[in-house]
Amino acid sequence: MTATGIGAPVKRKEDFRFITGNGHYTDDLNRPGQTYGYFVRSPHAHAKIKGIDSAVAATMPGVLSILTGKDLAADGLGPLICGWLVHSKDGNPMKVGPHPALAVDRVRYVGDHVAIVIAETYAEAKDAAEQVNVDYDVLPAVIDGAVAHRPQAPQIHDEAPRNLAFDWELGLKDETDAAFKNAAHVTRLTLANNRLIPNAMEPRAAIGEYDKGSGHTTLWTTSQNPHVARLVLSAFVQLAPENKLRVIAPDVGGGFGSKIFIYPEETVVAWASRKVGRPVKWTAERSESFLADAHGRDHHTHAELALDKDGKFLALRVKTIANLGAYLSTFASSVPTYLYGTLLSGQYAIPAIYVEVDGVYTNTAPVDAYRGAGRPEATFVVERIVEEAAREMKIDPAELRRRNFIRTFPHQTPVIMAYDIGDYEASLDKALKAIDYQGFAKRRAEAEARSKKRGIGFSAYIEACGIAPSAAVGSLGAGVGLWESAEVRVNPTGSIEVLTGSHSHGQGHETTFAQLVSDRLGVPLESIEIVHGDTDKVQFGMGTYGSRSGSVGMSAISKALDKIEAKAKKIASHLLEAAADDIVLKDGKFTVAGTDKSITFQELSLAAYVGHKFPTSEIEPGLKEGAFYDPTNFTFPAGCHICEVEIDPDTGVTRIVKFVAVDDFGTIINPMIVEGQVHGGIAQGIGQAMLEHGVYDPETGQLVTGSFMDYCMPRADDLPSFEIGMTMTKCPSNPLGMKGCGEAGAIAAPAAVINAITDALGRDIAMPTTPERVWRALNEPKLAAE
Amino acid sequence: MYSFTYRRPASLAEAQKLFEGASDPKFLAGGQTLLPTMKQRLNAPSDVIDLGKIAELRGIAKSEGGLTIGAMTKHFEVATSADVKAVIPALAELAEGIGDPLVRHMGTIGGSVANNDPAADYPAAVLGLGATITTSKRAIKADEFFKGMFETALEPNEIIKSFAFPKPEKAAYMKFPNPASRYAMVGVFVARTAGGVRVAVTGAGPCVFRVPEMEAALAKSFTPDAVASIKVPAGDLNSDLHGSAEYRAHLVTVMAKRAVAAAG
Repeated sequence: MTATGIGAPVKRKEDFRFITGNGHYTDDLNRPGQTYGYFVRSPHAHAKIKGIDSAVAATMPGVLSILTGKDLAADGLGPLICGWLVHSKDGNPMKVGPHPALAVDRVRYVGDHVAIVIAETYAEAKDAAEQVNVDYDVLPAVIDGAVAHRPQAPQIHDEAPRNLAFDWELGLKDETDAAFKNAAHVTRLTLANNRLIPNAMEPRAAIGEYDKGSGHTTLWTTSQNPHVARLVLSAFVQLAPENKLRVIAPDVGGGFGSKIFIYPEETVVAWASRKVGRPVKWTAERSESFLADAHGRDHHTHAELALDKDGKFLALRVKTIANLGAYLSTFASSVPTYLYGTLLSGQYAIPAIYVEVDGVYTNTAPVDAYRGAGRPEATFVVERIVEEAAREMKIDPAELRRRNFIRTFPHQTPVIMAYDIGDYEASLDKALKAIDYQGFAKRRAEAEARSKKRGIGFSAYIEACGIAPSAAVGSLGAGVGLWESAEVRVNPTGSIEVLTGSHSHGQGHETTFAQLVSDRLGVPLESIEIVHGDTDKVQFGMGTYGSRSGSVGMSAISKALDKIEAKAKKIASHLLEAAADDIVLKDGKFTVAGTDKSITFQELSLAAYVGHKFPTSEIEPGLKEGAFYDPTNFTFPAGCHICEVEIDPDTGVTRIVKFVAVDDFGTIINPMIVEGQVHGGIAQGIGQAMLEHGVYDPETGQLVTGSFMDYCMPRADDLPSFEIGMTMTKCPSNPLGMKGCGEAGAIAAPAAVINAITDALGRDIAMPTTPERVWRALNEPKLAAE
Repeated sequence: MYSFTYRRPASLAEAQKLFEGASDPKFLAGGQTLLPTMKQRLNAPSDVIDLGKIAELRGIAKSEGGLTIGAMTKHFEVATSADVKAVIPALAELAEGIGDPLVRHMGTIGGSVANNDPAADYPAAVLGLGATITTSKRAIKADEFFKGMFETALEPNEIIKSFAFPKPEKAAYMKFPNPASRYAMVGVFVARTAGGVRVAVTGAGPCVFRVPEMEAALAKSFTPDAVASIKVPAGDLNSDLHGSAEYRAHLVTVMAKRAVAAAG
């Protein structure tokens, strides 16, 4: 390992500009002649629009234009799309209700987009927006996924009777049913996976600018995948031809999935800039983020696990209702289906699995991928029911897991996935040791003596990351390929630009990607720039989500580096007068093996561009190579998290006293950044388990948790110090052996926390485990008696 | 935020004159409630009259039998004042627990008490210690000051000048914070003073209130056990996403016990 290469805990190159306020986030950018847009949003969860009167607003100071869904349609802009097609049991495609960027005749959730007011200043736009008079005919609303497909529920889209977008299934129905008949024990569990509101630190923002001369539209936007945004906006929304549309995602402050999607606001400002002939900027207020960023999770699930008398898993049967919100967001259909059902085997050999998912529309913000996307929901089902089964059968939960671990690889599950490699027992053993599992009984007794309740809970999670290969995701309904691209440009002075289709919005790619290049070419980190987030600079790419930038994005860079090395060696062979096969690249030097004849990388770079000393008829001058990399499989990070809690029965306050995470992420480029990712993920997982809940009023559909006054984000003092450990099996499906680490914490933590709390309580409890819920769980018999 | 006229008078008299002359004025103390509501366009005063330059409204002084604290004194100043820590440590601790460092460096005791947010901390101390509120017009006893949710005895152009806190023999404040906002979901201030025991509860109901049964029990025996079986009726309490009235009623008892224990 070199000081800056693979495995080095290098400090993040990008942090200096971020922490000194010198980043360039979308809202930091201002264009000459810029105007400001403010959206008129629906105050109702469900209503018909009878008319929009903007006559008064249009005369207000500074107002330039007020545009509605009718104007958008008149210009031929189509609705936003859902890019993943899933099918119902009967073979029919999912039922898609149109999602215009500005509502035409109906609004379907509080915060739905009705009109945009464009003015000289933001305040003027906002003042005028208040005077846009929308005549609504308010309709009854439904917000609960479990209620939405009852026959009497309000109908949200004409295209989807009973609000059912799809009823999807996966797995072996008959085999599963048969296994349950022969089971010695069946554990049943009904659970809810609470709705979460992402709350990236940087709210969404967009600037649209139309150049009349060239006919080009430029869109600066807070995106995790600018090329996909450009593709969707040109090919489907018809905003502009792809070659006339440039999408730039500059510094982006957090995404967690919520910035993958193509949203109404960015679509509208790009189009509106053409209408008013000047740039149009929109930046979300935090309140708008709460209302109109895609939310996460929101499942109701009933699960059953069949076991034999020794605790061997025979079958798992799962029925889930997934609340999709008012419209299908960009990847909404994939999250509760192919990113969920396919992970229900967990780390276990389960011969038969059958899962059914009803995706339903409700009058709530669209629900789409949020850190983990489907896999936290799957892990929660599997790890909760395994823990319950252990308790019911009076088998130690660690032992029950051990009896069912997959131990031979590759392993084909009954739900599509073929796990390539792993060592689940290694991470369990390491985690048990780290938390001192042997000492738990003593700690519990000691807590009991202080009138406190202690509990311990496990989560032996698995996830499928990379979200690739293309053919595999294509066969499951993805509308795009899920490879990644890279271009490595060596400059004549030996400095390097790497153009990547991945996008960094907090992950630290400028550091880790540079470490890979430094490791391979021996070039110092300062000489390496990572270029991303601009469709005019970077060749087509697929963006960052699903912990894919390492395993897929860096593999593409690695492949381009292979080509650079091969070509450089050819050039070196002429410069050093040796056979190319005899040239060795090490420590930034090309050396003829077994001699002291060498040339530095910088000297070679210059020679490549000068072209004086090698035959340019055989070897093209220059040193620049590109690669598109499509992996052979998903990657399967896995590990074991254990949580220990202590509850104050007087108040219901729960404190996490210990949290151990042992993860197998394959090869690690920068352990410091990986630990940071694990910490953040666990914090979000604990947030889901104990604090966060997106709540709508069931009658009016108003968002009750519309600010930080009511939506409880995890804070430092809600969290313990995490104890982090690693195990390693190298991923065989990409050249670097990487698996991905970005989502693990959010996937694993909720089940570990809830298993610990239910252990302490001796009964089930819903997320988030607010103090009152915990207090009630402890006192319910007493409260009922009073 | 809508447009407004900003005023910064140098004296109390000037502040009151500006108030008289404006159509829909508001006094600005630390701005920790007013400014967020203005930003959300829930409040649209014609004139904002900033009291920050009026010297006579600031400062902490030891007085005969207690402390006098100027209305514009910031939470941070109360929390870190050697005089407050010496005379009424419970008050310094309460101030230290309000909001976050940014709030404590901007928010003021007068602003908090005049606003009388049902979940604010200071009203519990003012009522629990039986403080006297001196205004631009008169002196008001704490028991006559807090009238209801966001309602006080203050008249429209009446400005709080200072608070006179008697030194208690024993006192403590225990807060159960709302997990999201960290405002008091239940806060109980317990004090044994020369005038008797006082128990004031904030956060739980629409307005800070005293608990006479607890006061009577504590007068007999100032121990946690004395209040352990006394429950306030849930029917009068707030109920929301974070805590039902029943849970809040339970927490009043638990926090009262803990406050008595902390008071020693």
